[in-house]
Amino acid sequence: MSQGEIVASYVVPVHPHTVLAPDQNAGWRRLRDAFDEAAQTIRDLDADLLIIYSTTWPSIIGHQIQADPNPEWVMVDHDFHDLGSIPYSFNIDADFAHAWNEANKQRGLQSRCVNYKGFPIDVGSVVALTLLNPDNSIPAVIVSSNMYANRSETTVLAKSCLDVIKAQGRRAVAITAMSLSNRMFTDFIQPEEDKIHSLKDDEWNRKILEFLEQGRLEDVGQLSRTIHRQIRVQKVVAFKPMWWLSAMNGNRNDLTGRILAYEAIHGAGGAVVHIDPTSTGVGDKEYDEDDVEYFHGERGVLEGAEESEKDAIQNTNAGADSTDESTASDSGPALWDPTEAKGSVNTDAAPKPVGAYPHARKVGDMLFLSGVGPRQPGTNAIPGGPIHDENGEPLEYDIKAQTHAVVNNVKRIVEEAGATMDQVVDVTTFLVDMKRDFAGYNEVWAETLGKVGPTRTTLAIDALPTPIAVEMKVIVHMPE
Amino acid sequence: MGKGQIVAGCIAPHPPHLVYAENPPQNEPVAEGGWEQLRWGYERLRASLSEHDYDAIVLLSPHWQTYVGTHFLGLPHFEGLSVDPIFPNLFRYHYDMNVDVELAQAIHDEAAKAGLPVKMMENPDFRVDYGTITTGHLFNPDWDKPLVVISSNRSTAYYSVEVMQEIMIELGKVTRKAIEASGKRVVVLASNSLSHRHFTTESEVPEDMSKEHITSHAMHLWDMRMIDYMRSGQAQRILDEMPEFTEQAIAESDGGGLSWLLSTLDVPDYPAILHGYGTIIGTGNAVVEWPCYAHEVNDE
Repeated sequence: MSQGEIVASYVVPVHPHTVLAPDQNAGWRRLRDAFDEAAQTIRDLDADLLIIYSTTWPSIIGHQIQADPNPEWVMVDHDFHDLGSIPYSFNIDADFAHAWNEANKQRGLQSRCVNYKGFPIDVGSVVALTLLNPDNSIPAVIVSSNMYANRSETTVLAKSCLDVIKAQGRRAVAITAMSLSNRMFTDFIQPEEDKIHSLKDDEWNRKILEFLEQGRLEDVGQLSRTIHRQIRVQKVVAFKPMWWLSAMNGNRNDLTGRILAYEAIHGAGGAVVHIDPTSTGVGDKEYDEDDVEYFHGERGVLEGAEESEKDAIQNTNAGADSTDESTASDSGPALWDPTEAKGSVNTDAAPKPVGAYPHARKVGDMLFLSGVGPRQPGTNAIPGGPIHDENGEPLEYDIKAQTHAVVNNVKRIVEEAGATMDQVVDVTTFLVDMKRDFAGYNEVWAETLGKVGPTRTTLAIDALPTPIAVEMKVIVHMPE
Repeated sequence: MGKGQIVAGCIAPHPPHLVYAENPPQNEPVAEGGWEQLRWGYERLRASLSEHDYDAIVLLSPHWQTYVGTHFLGLPHFEGLSVDPIFPNLFRYHYDMNVDVELAQAIHDEAAKAGLPVKMMENPDFRVDYGTITTGHLFNPDWDKPLVVISSNRSTAYYSVEVMQEIMIELGKVTRKAIEASGKRVVVLASNSLSHRHFTTESEVPEDMSKEHITSHAMHLWDMRMIDYMRSGQAQRILDEMPEFTEQAIAESDGGGLSWLLSTLDVPDYPAILHGYGTIIGTGNAVVEWPCYAHEVNDE
C-alpha cells in the first residue's frame, strides 16, 4: 500500500452556468473548458479519490460529511432556476466518509456523516462533481463548511482528512468549491453583460491568482480574513476554504500553481486553478500561524459549566512546557522529558512520559516502544475523556476514541524512528476494564493494527498512571 | 369584486425541530416530543385564526435565499421530499402544496412596477425550501390553503440592514396593494426566528429539553424587548431598532421577513397577540399574531 498523498488540488467556481449555459457567454465557456481540462488531468494523475470542501453547504453542528454511496436527485439553483435543472447520481466513498468522521472526532472536532435519500447536495458540489468526474469513475467525498468554524478548526479538519488519506494509501485530489470575490449583480443581466462586479473585486481576484500561480497557497490562507473583508459579501462563511486547502497541502508556499481560467459569473469571480504539490524549489516561506493538531475550541455550549469542568479535568496536565526535567501537576503524575541514550527515539509528536524513559529504543533492527497511551502531545488531553475525575469518581469515556488515539501515538513514534506501521510485529495491550472495553477496543484494533497483522496479547490490569483506559506496548522489526 | 383584505399578520418560526417534535405522518424521523411551548403557541395561533375565513397565505421564507432580486413560486403545485441540509436527522418531510399563482403574479407585477428586481420561479424541478415547508405545516397542517411564497433577498449581506429595510418596506407596500386589488382575504406570514445564535453541538437526544435554553442573557434581553414592542403596538420602534437588533442579536430579521411583514401590515399601532415564546438550539423564537381583523376599517 502506498503512503497516501494529495496528488493535486483545485479551486473551482460554484454557480451552475458552467454546466447549464456555457455557450451563452464566452467567459463561461472558458471556465467550462478549464473544468474539462482539469477533469482530464485528474484522470491522467490516476487519482482514486476526490475530496470536496464546499462553501455552498453551510453547517451549524460541526462539519457534515456526505456518506450516501449513491445520492441521486435533480438540483435546481435557488437564484438561477431559469437556467434549468441538473440531475445527478454520484459515486460517494462512504467508507472514507465514515473514517474521516471518526478521525475528526479523534482530533476533537464535532462531526457527523449524513446518509439520507433526497439529501439536497449543494450547488457547488453538484457543479464540481458533474464536471470534474463526468463518468463517476472516481469515488468522491463532500464536506460542509461550518459557519462558526475558525482557522484552527478548519485546519484540524484537513489534518484528520490527511490521516485517513495516509491510512488508506489514497491518491486524493482536494477541491474547494468557491468563488473568489462573491459579489454578484443584484439585478438581472443579459449573459453578454457579465463582468466582475467592480474594479476593486477584480484587482483583489488577480492578486489572489498571482499568489496561487506562484504556489503561495499558505499566503492566501493567511490573507483570508482580509480578503473576506475586502471583496466578500458577508454571507455564511468566510474565505475559509483556503484555510482548509492550505492545510491539505501542508501549509506550504512552494507549490506549483496554474490558472486555467478566471472569469465573471453574474459579477462574482470564478476561477479554475490547478495546484500541483511539486515544490517549485524556490524555498518555502514562513508559516507563522498556529499549526494545531487537536481542536480545543468552544463546542460544549450545551453542557455549560458541566462541560467546562470536564475540559478542565481532561487538561489537568496541560501546560507542561517547563525547563525542569519534570513538571508536577495538581492531580496527575509528573511529566518528564523523554530520556536520551544510545538508540533512543523521542518525538514532540507523542505525549511526554510520566517517568524517566524514552518513547522508544532501537536495538539492531528491532524497535521497542515504551507503553503508549492516548494522551495528546502538547496538551495531555485524553480523546474520549478521562476514566475518572481528580477525586477518583468514575466518568463516562469512549474506549474507541481512546484506542484510536493510542494507535495514532504509536504511529507517530514508529514513523519518527523511520519505520512504518506495517513493520509492527508484536503488541501487548493493557485494559483497566476488560468487561466494559474489550469489544470497543477490539473493533478499533480490527480497523487499524489488525490489518497489519502483529501478534497480540491483551491483559486486564488494575490501573494506569494517568486516567486512561488503554495502553499498548509495541515491538517493531525494521530491517535495514 | 370587493376590496381584498389582510386578515392577520404573523411572525412564526421554522426550525425543523418543531415539525420533528410533532411527528406528523409526512416526516420520516420520530421524536419523543419537545419544544412544547412553541408548538402550543402554534396551536393557539391556529385556533385564533380558525374563526376567520381566508383564501390564501402569503409567506416569506429566509431559507429560500436569493441574491439576485426577489423571487416568487410561479407554478400551481409542488410536491416532493424536503430534507433539511443542516438537520437531516430531524427533517425529511414529504410535501404536497398548492400555490396561488394569480396572487403571486400580482405581487410580482406590483413589485416590478415599483422598480424592484423580481422573478417568477417556474422550474417544475425546484425543491421548495424547508423553511417554507416547516412554517407551512405548523401554520396549516391540512395544507388546504394555497400559498404565495416569496424568497428572501439577501440585501443585508450585500449592503446593510438599512438598505434591506428600504427594499422590504417597499415590497411590503406592494404586497398590501396587490392583496387589496385581488379581492382576496389573506394571512401574511413572516417565517422568522428572533435572536439567532445557535448552539454548535446537539444533544444525543435532540428533543432533550433539559439542554434547551437561550444562548446568552443578551439574546434574551433583545428578544423580550422586541416582543414588548409587539405586544404594546410599537411596530415602528421595531423598524427603527432593526439595525441594532439584527447585528447584536444575530437576528434572523436579516432575511427581511419581519420588516416586510410590518410594512405589509402598514406598521400597526395596535397590540399583537403573543401566542408563544421558546428557544430552539439556543435561538429565540416567538409565535405572534397581529389581529388585523379586529382593526380593519371596513370601507365597503
